[in-house]
Amino acid sequence: MTQSFRLENVGLINRNKKLSFKFNGKSYFGYEGDTLASALIANGVHLVGRSFKYHRPRGFFGAGVDEPYAIVQLYRNGETEPNIKATEQELFDGLEAKSVNCWPSVNFDIGAINNFLKIFLPAGFYYKTFMWPKSFWFKVYEPFIRKAAGLGVASIKHDKERYEHKYEYCDLLITGSGPSGLASAYAAAKNGARVILAEDKARFGGTLLTSEVNIGNKSGKEWAEGIVAELKEMPNVTVKNRSQVFGYYDHNMLVMSERISDHLPETKKFHPKQRLWYIRAKEVLISSGSIERPIVFGNNDTPGVMLSSAAKEYLKVYGVLVGRNPLIFTNNDSGYETAIEFKKNGIDPIILDTRKNPQSEIVDEAKNLGLNIRFSHVVVAAQGYKKVKSADVAKISDDKEQLGTIENIKCDCICVSGFWTPTIHLASQSGNKTKFNEDIDAFIPGTSKQNEKTLGAANGVFTLDETLKSSIETGYELSNQITNNNNKVSFPNVVEKKSTVHDKFWCVPLPKGKNYKRFLDFQNDVAVSDIEIALKEGYRSIEHVKRYTTLGMATDQGKTSNLNGLQLVSKIENKVVPNVGHTTFRPPYTPVSIGAIVGREVGKHSKPTRKSPMHSWHEKNNAIFVDAGVWLRPRYYKQGDENLFEGSKREAKNVRSNVGVCDVTTLGKIDIKGPDAAELLNRVYTNAWLKLPVGKARYGVMLREDGIVMDDGTTTRISENHYHMTTTTAQAANVLSHLEYYLQLVWPELNVNVVSTTEQWAGAAIAGPKSRDLLQKLFPNSDVSNEGLPFMGYTEGDLFGVKARIFRISFSGELAYEVNVESNNGNFMWEKIIELGQEFKIQPYGTEALSTLRIEMGHVAGSELDGRTIPYDNSLEGLLSKKKDFIGKRSLNRKSFTAEDRQKIVGVVPLDKKTSIPEGSHLVKDSKAPLPNPKLGYISASCWSVEHDNPFSLAILKDGKKMIGEKLFVMSPLKNKVIPVEIVSSHYVDPKGERVRS
Amino acid sequence: MLFIKCPHCGWRSQNEFSYGGDATVKRPELGKQVSDQEWDDFVYNRKSLRGKHWELWQHLSGCRQWIKVERDTATHEIFNTLKANEEIS
Ligand SMILES: [Zn+2]
Repeated sequence: MTQSFRLENVGLINRNKKLSFKFNGKSYFGYEGDTLASALIANGVHLVGRSFKYHRPRGFFGAGVDEPYAIVQLYRNGETEPNIKATEQELFDGLEAKSVNCWPSVNFDIGAINNFLKIFLPAGFYYKTFMWPKSFWFKVYEPFIRKAAGLGVASIKHDKERYEHKYEYCDLLITGSGPSGLASAYAAAKNGARVILAEDKARFGGTLLTSEVNIGNKSGKEWAEGIVAELKEMPNVTVKNRSQVFGYYDHNMLVMSERISDHLPETKKFHPKQRLWYIRAKEVLISSGSIERPIVFGNNDTPGVMLSSAAKEYLKVYGVLVGRNPLIFTNNDSGYETAIEFKKNGIDPIILDTRKNPQSEIVDEAKNLGLNIRFSHVVVAAQGYKKVKSADVAKISDDKEQLGTIENIKCDCICVSGFWTPTIHLASQSGNKTKFNEDIDAFIPGTSKQNEKTLGAANGVFTLDETLKSSIETGYELSNQITNNNNKVSFPNVVEKKSTVHDKFWCVPLPKGKNYKRFLDFQNDVAVSDIEIALKEGYRSIEHVKRYTTLGMATDQGKTSNLNGLQLVSKIENKVVPNVGHTTFRPPYTPVSIGAIVGREVGKHSKPTRKSPMHSWHEKNNAIFVDAGVWLRPRYYKQGDENLFEGSKREAKNVRSNVGVCDVTTLGKIDIKGPDAAELLNRVYTNAWLKLPVGKARYGVMLREDGIVMDDGTTTRISENHYHMTTTTAQAANVLSHLEYYLQLVWPELNVNVVSTTEQWAGAAIAGPKSRDLLQKLFPNSDVSNEGLPFMGYTEGDLFGVKARIFRISFSGELAYEVNVESNNGNFMWEKIIELGQEFKIQPYGTEALSTLRIEMGHVAGSELDGRTIPYDNSLEGLLSKKKDFIGKRSLNRKSFTAEDRQKIVGVVPLDKKTSIPEGSHLVKDSKAPLPNPKLGYISASCWSVEHDNPFSLAILKDGKKMIGEKLFVMSPLKNKVIPVEIVSSHYVDPKGERVRS
Repeated sequence: MLFIKCPHCGWRSQNEFSYGGDATVKRPELGKQVSDQEWDDFVYNRKSLRGKHWELWQHLSGCRQWIKVERDTATHEIFNTLKANEEIS
């Protein structure tokens, strides 16, 4: 198969390596070094998609990041990715791509009916039409828009690829490897600065690859290759291609996405697909160049109409002709460069120049080559539906208002050049106050807010000589400020053709009697008429016009459309462009894959899962796990066909009758040391701590300054000035920060150190009437009698050679102990407990049984200490010291906190002793009262009491103190339940607390 | 992402820190009688101003020290950072 539009011996592609690919199911081939776009054009394929709103045929408009049309669905190595620009996607062997936005096919698209209905789809169409009636939104409009609109289709499969994040620091970050980027990087690097040079494309050099210039007796391309090769060898320089700096954030942090594997058939082993770089640069040099802007004319979205610079790039880089019969439509000298390239390859283009009589070296060269040039001429409209077939052209009057006789010229492509728009996105994102430059009719960077400078074409400088000089100077100056070195590089001798001024002409008037669509925004189908309607309807601010018409809101962010949109608004509004102002540039400059943004923060919680040292034992013993923050904890250990309810009931019962063991490693642990440790605890906790003896533990509650309970736990005095604090699993990190806050800022005079030891200790709670017998077996040399180790006592023991801490504390309400050993020995401890516990019928129990045990005991936990309750609400007021001040105490005498009918914790039992009560249900007096039924309280936690064998719940109830014995209703509209209940004491089991002391 | 100079560790990215609010708020001394108004001012009332602002940050994933940072809340410019025990001048 021959490639009818591929030139021989032209371009930078590797003709020794053929690559086969498929587009819309059809097989083609290209070469290594092609993009999908260049390979398709080489094969004569110009129809690649359908437009967003009218589903008009779409071809290629650009050759890179500015492409508004050629967006495809890519298939690679069994994965699919939407919204890939064909102009940026490098070809690889086996690549498959499909058109988007068309159904059933790109050639026959039913949505194109919108094209004929376009009178009904003017600006604001969606806002006007789909607002009413309201009930239609979910059922009719939204599904319709979803089907008709949108670009590609996101995969719903798990992405197998790996994406990484990297943090980097440098002296100079240089964005773009065109002439200004290379020159400044070279000057700065030679002066010892640490430089990162980022190039979006695969090839370095930017416009040097396509322009006919000479630098230091080398072609632009050779000069660029030499500089890049030298930079790559320098240890202080990082040179990255396929890397787009897309965001400029505060404090000179920029983010760059590096496409490491997207150009390969599959990602190499141990390589990421993409890497996101967070770069903190001392100085940023923006050398992002400029983007050619189109001239607006009738049917200017027809496939085959494209930027003249793109046509030149396809020719010079890829050896591809965008047409054999080209028409060049230009208002400046750039169009001539494209025309000359065509001519050199045996093609005779026609040039239409809006200028009357331009004089420059380039124009002269074109004349000398015998090119057909028509001055003061414009393209009125492109003709052809799926591809340009001809163009209606006409002479235009000097005032650019009147068209002459229209003539139809055969052509197969129209290459447009409406001059250049500096790429100021990064500068604008950095906070730079941009300014309008009359000479180039575009915005350029103005006053910097951060440490950035813009060079070359991005700064509106379009001559190579000036660009290289200023870039070398700037590279030197900035590096000199940072390194204090004085190594200068010399200015190379530059030969370039001089060009003359452009014509500030951007939109061809409509001929009489014709109503051609003249598009501004090619991706969102925004035409001149849409902007006119928006302004007629009263929209004034450019930000509003943008949102109403969707101008510049597509994935290309209006790279080719914004300025022409501004020109139009300023013309209609009779304002100058700078007074209209441009819309805000926001990151990302170009779409970034979600995978790159997410990086390694994938999977559950987007965080690594934390597991206790005994985790593998739990797994082997059929634990069903539950998330506790980022930890995994056994919820219950499944036996046979047991469900959660049956399993947890069995485990809880066994604790009440024999002995159970629970992994409590996840509890927060804080080591507290120092002569003032007791004083700190006394201020942090609500109860008294100064007299706690060594070898004793105490339960404590800590408040926030607003009086709300922050956390609870036991703290043990290990030695004179050494305490071991425990916190709830969820609050562990907050409590540590809280202590550090007071120690460092509020009471720096206290001599105390705190440090987290959560991960240093493995913990096992041994609970049940037989726990002491088991403990004696575990620590045969310790006195664990009720006298030797009383309730809230602490001792250290020897667990078969392993040092252990033994706390006699209880969450279950049974006689219980907690044993801690160093994490490394956690599994040893656990297996010993299970082994020696066999004769006492030990069973491990999970968090569900743990909850059951604490709920029926009336012990509060996270569901009661939920950031809304004070100590009284949890019946913890007995722990409030009257003798001392503590954090949050002053807040407790607030009126609502001391109200007579203040909410309080109670127990709730269903009258039928059968119906389980859903957590979160409301308590009401009258189940049939009219809505809104006054809520008296809510169910905080529910369980099946193993002691009483009926459902039992805890609730926070208004005036709870007086409600014991009352009959109320539990209402759960969510579960559609109404349950008559009786309010009882929250201490449903062992209200006197005898067991823990037995 | 801000770039904050920890007085103990040097320049670090914002994601190592956590925000801690107004650094000029002084907790009333323990045991001291304070009016409702004074207490509310300490617990709740904040200026939330636009412009230069002394605020607390904790170098959570670093030295764990609380530090004082003078930042412009509108522009994010950071003018000064101090250790916990250094007085705001
Ligand atoms: Zn630090």
